[in-house]
Amino acid sequence: MSEVVHTFTTTVPRWQPYVVPVDFATATDEQHAAMQTTPSNKGISPYVLTLAHDPETLTVRSPLFNLIMYGKDGLASSERELGAVAASVVNRCVYCAAVHASRFNNLTKRTDVIDAVFADGLETTLDEHLQAIFDFSARLSTTPPEATADDAQALADVGLDELESLDLVLSAAIFGWANRLMHTLGEPMKD
Amino acid sequence: MTLIETLASARPGSALAQAMEKRAEILRLSEAAHDAVLLPRDPGGLSHGIRAALAARMARHNRSPALASHYDTLVARADEPATAPLADPDANVPDPRVAEIVRHADRLTVAPRDATRAHVDALRDVGVTDADIVRLAELAAFVNYQVRVLAGLKLLGEMR
Repeated sequence: MSEVVHTFTTTVPRWQPYVVPVDFATATDEQHAAMQTTPSNKGISPYVLTLAHDPETLTVRSPLFNLIMYGKDGLASSERELGAVAASVVNRCVYCAAVHASRFNNLTKRTDVIDAVFADGLETTLDEHLQAIFDFSARLSTTPPEATADDAQALADVGLDELESLDLVLSAAIFGWANRLMHTLGEPMKD
Repeated sequence: MTLIETLASARPGSALAQAMEKRAEILRLSEAAHDAVLLPRDPGGLSHGIRAALAARMARHNRSPALASHYDTLVARADEPATAPLADPDANVPDPRVAEIVRHADRLTVAPRDATRAHVDALRDVGVTDADIVRLAELAAFVNYQVRVLAGLKLLGEMR
């Protein structure tokens, strides 16, 4: 029996949309181009099929997301993932948090950081470096954004240069985007 | 120059300006995303006018006057008297379909964590299609992304 997952977890749930996704068999050429699929593809995720309702945006969003999260130089991948997790905790996107927390754990080969974040949420205590990254991202993620000059200075104080700080801004911001899709167009399920 | 670069106005030659130059493709794609959500070729059931007005409203909820001003320009260009007033978060919205859309846009901006299936069902009940529900989510998601990129750039620019 399937049930909705309400608590943060590193076990990636199944995402189930509230709306009816695009029917792959009858998708338009523009929708296929946006999904980067052909009519013979199989196993396209319900999330991509849902976003295919707006192919113009999906076409741009996919490469933008990938450049921000998986670009080679600048901020360490694991620290981009922590920025994503912080935003997802603020916006309570359980699905996004699960995906990016498990990536953080895989990249860093440690689980204590995510355990602490999931246990204590925005009040979590981390080592100085990760704390600066987590707090900056979380405070940038509120509406209106609450991050201050002190939060930005804390990034410099733990050794982030301008490019790394910019990458953190971008990874927190792109999860202001992703959370608003994942968490509002569907829900995480445990089968 | 992209909208984000114009509004961020990083000091030429500064370390931040150089970092932004290294992320030029991300800024270019952000501009393309702006055009895709604000000025799509196929707007579906969400006109360019209502998109601009809701974007201005979202910028105001985020205390971003520079961005609100940009979207006010798009509202004026769309010249759509029925939707232009929505740019003001205090505007009264008599039409029930538009009111539901506005309520959802506000929720997605201010408290996305509170969104539930019931909110999507409420949109469907007043005749908003599933494709338009996705378009509305993309609009709110993009504007809130843009707000945070600008807020972050401002903090980094002021720091050094």
